[in-house]
Amino acid sequence: MDFNDTPQEADYRAQVKAWIAANAGEYLNPPAKPWALDDFVARSKAWQAKKHAAGYVGITWPKAVGGQGLSPMHQIIFNQEESRTHVPTGLYSIGLGMCIPTVFTHGSPEVAARYVPRALKGEEVWCQLFSEPVAGSDLASIRTRAVRDGDEWVINGQKVWTSFAHKSDFGIVVCRTDFDAPKHKGLTMFIVDMHAPGMEVRGIKQMSGGSDFNEVFFTDVRVKDTHRLGDVGEGWKVALTTLMHERLAVGGKPRHAPGYQTLMTVAAGIETDSGPAMERADVRQRIADTYIADEGIKLTQMRALSALSRGAMPGPEQSISKVVVAKTMQDMASFALDLSEASGFAVEPGSDLEKLQGSYMWSAGLRIAGGTDEILRNIIAERVLGLPGDLRPDKDTPFSQLKPL
Amino acid sequence: MNFDLSDDAKTLKEAARKFLDARAGPPVARKVMDSSDTHDAALWAEVVEQGWPAARVPEAHGGLGLGTDEACVLAEEIGRSLAPVPLLSTMGAIEAILLAGTDAQKANWLPKLASGQAVGTIAWAEGDAKSPTAMPSLALSGGTLSGAKSPVADGLVATVAIVTVASADGPAMAIVSLDGVSREKVETLDLVRPSARLQFDNTPAEALGTATDWVKLTEQLAVLAAWEALGTSDAARDMTLAYAKDRVAFGQRIGRYQGVKHKLADMYILSELARAHALHGCWAWSAGAAELSPAAAAARVASLDALKYTAEESVQLHGGIGFTWEHDCQFYYRRNRQIVSALGSRSYWADRLVRALEQRNRAAA
Ligand SMILES: Cc1cc2nc3c(=O)[nH]c(=O)nc-3n(C[C@H](O)[C@H](O)[C@H](O)COP(=O)(O)OP(=O)(O)OC[C@H]3O[C@@H](n4cnc5c(N)ncnc54)[C@H](O)[C@@H]3O)c2cc1C
Repeated sequence: MDFNDTPQEADYRAQVKAWIAANAGEYLNPPAKPWALDDFVARSKAWQAKKHAAGYVGITWPKAVGGQGLSPMHQIIFNQEESRTHVPTGLYSIGLGMCIPTVFTHGSPEVAARYVPRALKGEEVWCQLFSEPVAGSDLASIRTRAVRDGDEWVINGQKVWTSFAHKSDFGIVVCRTDFDAPKHKGLTMFIVDMHAPGMEVRGIKQMSGGSDFNEVFFTDVRVKDTHRLGDVGEGWKVALTTLMHERLAVGGKPRHAPGYQTLMTVAAGIETDSGPAMERADVRQRIADTYIADEGIKLTQMRALSALSRGAMPGPEQSISKVVVAKTMQDMASFALDLSEASGFAVEPGSDLEKLQGSYMWSAGLRIAGGTDEILRNIIAERVLGLPGDLRPDKDTPFSQLKPL
Repeated sequence: MNFDLSDDAKTLKEAARKFLDARAGPPVARKVMDSSDTHDAALWAEVVEQGWPAARVPEAHGGLGLGTDEACVLAEEIGRSLAPVPLLSTMGAIEAILLAGTDAQKANWLPKLASGQAVGTIAWAEGDAKSPTAMPSLALSGGTLSGAKSPVADGLVATVAIVTVASADGPAMAIVSLDGVSREKVETLDLVRPSARLQFDNTPAEALGTATDWVKLTEQLAVLAAWEALGTSDAARDMTLAYAKDRVAFGQRIGRYQGVKHKLADMYILSELARAHALHGCWAWSAGAAELSPAAAAARVASLDALKYTAEESVQLHGGIGFTWEHDCQFYYRRNRQIVSALGSRSYWADRLVRALEQRNRAAA
């Protein structure tokens, strides 16, 4: 057992390091103040284009769709090196992390040829149009309707919580195409043009103050049947591909989110009534707890990497990641703000404490986004441990016959 | 044994609940958040009209002469309704003067505070990581004060502040008219209860009591704040409970799932534990018992635990909608941070609790 790169991996890492050193110079430190949205989008596009030109996009994807055809280890090495900098990347995490893999797995070769390369270059941004007001955890209850009209489909309905819809060019949307089938059986997935007639995107402001997600309204939006992903009625299966990628894409701790090191830095500067904070047993225990959680997840990911570099599938232990990471962020931030007393309450732009305040607000959303803590625990209990599922009274009834409770 | 609030306090609580249900609550909090107002002035006028600031002020000074039970229920109902009025800050200043003021100070300030002519607040924090009982940097010298306090809750609207100052025996208090004192808004996590930075510059100030009085006052304030936190926490729980009975996922009300049910049950457990300690604190305060030290600290710790858990899990159980600006969850999530910072954090009070228990054991030995 070791953490060393194989000789090939070491070569790749050296090459990536050199490239990043030569190209990410302006991003070695965090921005003095957060980028405005349009600036963030422009910078993200510029950085993605640079990566594309140098062959650092779609690292694990097949060459046939414009990827590099390399191993997951290569992707990880690139991510590790990239994450030492503060380059803007979040704009593409949903599109390249979840939507595009769904597009090339379930779309026709023509569709893949049209969309994948431009997404890889970063020219087109994608969003995930799954959740609806009445269907989040229970995604298969969505009501947005797609009706066939010749070689087109007409979509009506509403999506919600769609991250970056306001900056997206395309999205993948799951719709109900058969109301007489049971809920999981009547769904179909499509690619939709966010600028098509009948699309309306309205921003939703988050509790934390920013506005990253949206409501999206569909009024007679037309989609060509060629833009269907998977068979009619197979939308649930297609969605599961996306969700599998989602858990990989959003599972870990967000880049540069405060962790045990931040807590140690904050604590080191605090003198409390019962002595220096760093000498207090409760503070030391909290640092230890945070380390165990954050590093435990990192090491768990390394187990997955080792499996991947052997060509095997990662084990079920990956499923613990987001449940641990999001709640640890919330509890650590809360503790650090507590310890900082009045200075943890006043907002001082640019400070470590402001980052912790941001983390305290954002972690509340992270515990919900991409599968809530409760749903992820159900998945662990049912799919990993084999416990029986909850009773699902609505599972086999035709959707049109379900009665409102 | 009668370990319960007085009947008068219960009657007042009911009246206060009814009034605040109609006049305050999240929509009123939102109005203040969306404006540049320091508080809801019309509501404050009505609260004064109700006589609440006068509750604890003796009749001789123009007040109602009510007990600690009444003060506690008012704190609870203000906490529940999130009413954006400086009542609790004013009540804190009144308690300081009742506890430590000279006859002249009482005669000067209590009638004004009782009638709403003056608005009070307590200013101990200095923008750093110090606790309420750490030595302040400000000191009284020749009847004046210089230096800053921040963040001060309701500091934009207060007209008089109880300011902590350094003394040979530890932090002590001074009473300061804020006439002409420069102040600015401090950005904080709570968008409904604005805080200020007060800048004193050779500002006239009078000593108020001794260092021992300040420690005692923090215990009384801890009891009041515990009731406030309980009210806030219970409001968040009630809102979440209603949602769990209504929201459907997988063909069932989410309240049917044990993962949801147990969280609501835990909110209740934490709240009732805190309520028992808050009642104990209320009793010890009114009885002038030495037991106030551990009782107040326990009430503070237990109420902070209830509020943190309830505020966080309320967002969680609402799902995506709970994480939006438009939803009321954020008021409780943010207010939790305000209540923590207003009087010292959980670990600070847990430490005070154990110290108080040690002292009690020594005294018994
Ligand atoms: C920041 C953020 C970004 C998002 N981005 C996107 C996006 O880009 N695209 C998209 O499609 N969606 C997005 N979402 C939506 C997200 O996927 C949903 O919010 C989430 O799946 C929960 O669904 P819901 O909000 O409807 O809550 P609900 O499903 O109504 O859940 C309410 C509560 O009930 C609990 N619950 C539900 N069922 C059970 C059960 N069986 N057992 C126990 N507890 C249960 C939940 O855990 C939760 O606590 C985003 C959400 C957030 C917060």
